[in-house]
Amino acid sequence: MTPKFKAQAGTFESSDIMVLIEPVAEGSGRQVDISSTVMLQFEEDLKTCINQVLDVMEIENVHLIAKDKGALTPTIKARVETAVKRSLGIQEGTL
Amino acid sequence: MAKKKRRSMLYIPGNNPAMIQQAGVYGCDAVLLDLEDAVALNQKDAARILVRSMLETVNFYDTEVCVRVNNLQTPFGLADLEEIVPMQPDNIRFPKTESVQDVKDFMKEVRRIEKEHGITDPKMTIHVMIETAKGVANVYEIAACEPRIDAITIGGQDLTADMGIVKTPDGAGIDYARKRIVMAGKANNLDVLDTVFADVNDDEGLKEETEYIKKLGFAGKALINPRQVDPVHEVFNPSENEIRKAYRVYSEFYKNTKAGIGVFAIDGKMIDAPVVQRAVTVLEYANIDIKDIEKSLD
Repeated sequence: MTPKFKAQAGTFESSDIMVLIEPVAEGSGRQVDISSTVMLQFEEDLKTCINQVLDVMEIENVHLIAKDKGALTPTIKARVETAVKRSLGIQEGTL
Repeated sequence: MAKKKRRSMLYIPGNNPAMIQQAGVYGCDAVLLDLEDAVALNQKDAARILVRSMLETVNFYDTEVCVRVNNLQTPFGLADLEEIVPMQPDNIRFPKTESVQDVKDFMKEVRRIEKEHGITDPKMTIHVMIETAKGVANVYEIAACEPRIDAITIGGQDLTADMGIVKTPDGAGIDYARKRIVMAGKANNLDVLDTVFADVNDDEGLKEETEYIKKLGFAGKALINPRQVDPVHEVFNPSENEIRKAYRVYSEFYKNTKAGIGVFAIDGKMIDAPVVQRAVTVLEYANIDIKDIEKSLD
């Protein structure tokens, strides 16, 4: 599936993560840009976690920007899932 | 095993990951992950996904976990159930329950979702929330209509709004509702939980209100801030003197029962079944298992 709309989920509060999604053209692939307060320790874990959700949701073409404030895995997964569903138009939220 | 205590139930907004991930360490008996009033309309989807994800992963230790979903009459209620019921939290709370039909409608969806997910022996219980005048009027029928209901709770803020009155510190406007709901709960062997005390800076007011609702028969109180936990527990916890007295009553009861004696006296006062029942309740709140007392006397 390919995101149709710009969408975001999460907040800039501590222990949360803000995820923004931008649609890209078919065949562009995934681009995941991450910034985090714990970048040195957890960059790879963050990437793995985000890509796992994108794999499960079968999102191949997307530009995802994540600004992390020390979120735990369940929060990261939830925010990515929410942003993707909003970008696909499956559910409404903050756009 | 002693009955689970429900002295305190802390409301946690369902879209706040920092609070949810710490829910098990606040020291309250139960937490309520709220998808209803504590979540903005445009964040309902984010909250239900976050709560589901947290339920999959976070360790809440021995804190009871309840999730309050939105009413089925809203666009969010059914979607909440679809996400939360498969996770089987300890309880799910139905807000604004007004009639037996409301409970039936909720349970129909809950059972359908459980069946679709292969949950054949569900452990999740139901809390009904009474927060309208119509709900108060129908509470006896509501309390008796579904065996999975194990607690009723009063929503003071919505109830006063529904009644068109102002909620005052003395709780005058909801006093009748409190007493009626307690009686309906007791008649059906359910726990009854009181509404929130909104002023987090007024510890004395919180204690006074908690002492009052304890006397009415409430099992516990809803809280909106972790700092309210200790004052509420102080009120519900029995004193050392009460525990000693209850221990003595139950010990004598056990010994006399084994000897075939039904009614007996301690210090010249008659001890019968209601006195023993009150002693058992005190021991439960003190975390003393009556089976341990019995073993020590055998």
